[in-house]
Amino acid sequence: MTPAQRPLSPHLQIYQWQLTSVLSITHRMTGIALSVGALFLVWWLLAAATSDGAFAAAQWFFGSWLGLLMLLGWTFCFFFHLANGIRHLVWDTGRGFDLPTAYASGWAVVAASAALTVVAFIAGLVMRS
Amino acid sequence: MAETRLRSPLGRAIGLGSAKEGVEHWWAQRVSAVALVVLGLWFAASLIAHAGAERSAVILWLQSPVPAVLAILLLIALFYHAALGLQVVIEDYVQPEWLKVSSLVAMRLICFAVAVAGIYAVLRIAFVRLAVGG
Repeated sequence: MTPAQRPLSPHLQIYQWQLTSVLSITHRMTGIALSVGALFLVWWLLAAATSDGAFAAAQWFFGSWLGLLMLLGWTFCFFFHLANGIRHLVWDTGRGFDLPTAYASGWAVVAASAALTVVAFIAGLVMRS
Repeated sequence: MAETRLRSPLGRAIGLGSAKEGVEHWWAQRVSAVALVVLGLWFAASLIAHAGAERSAVILWLQSPVPAVLAILLLIALFYHAALGLQVVIEDYVQPEWLKVSSLVAMRLICFAVAVAGIYAVLRIAFVRLAVGG
């Protein structure tokens, strides 16, 4: 069967990037990353419940370069998903849909998640030392 | 209207279309989200406070009733919310029907199993006298 010659919508690369759409897809991607992080969180809890050796192995991993990099990523994902999630909850009340407000709240999410990530990660590093 | 005459009285009362469900998914996602705002902030702060801590300190923390209950609530809300969110992602991006359905089933089972494993870990720490060395 030959496909009907209907007009196709342009490919994703054609569209101009906008803050609103970038934040929307970032919300999904951070949600997926946090789901993976939840698996590691349960590993850590199970290790604490199992033995000194198991906990030492988990702590070693999270203290390694890869572990710290992943923790930094999850910290950002957590605060982004939290801030943008609150933005979604406000939208659910029917407020904040006009373009200027949507952009203002969008930039607020970017600023809040960046600032909270820096503060939380530095606090973690200080507690660890 | 023809549409209303063709629907059974029960179908009209239930008020669902061909999707066979209403706003349950949407509601559950919002309710778990609100719970996670509180539980997530509490847990993130607790994790920072225990960064690099000894195992004995983590055990001592989760042996207290309030942290143990909050940690279990967090695990329930977290994996419930994750399952709801991942469900939409799979429905949106996985094309072949067999792969979509099997991904959905596998994702649900994994979320449920890992949540139970996490709850078990918290309960074990809270109730079992664990041998902690140096």
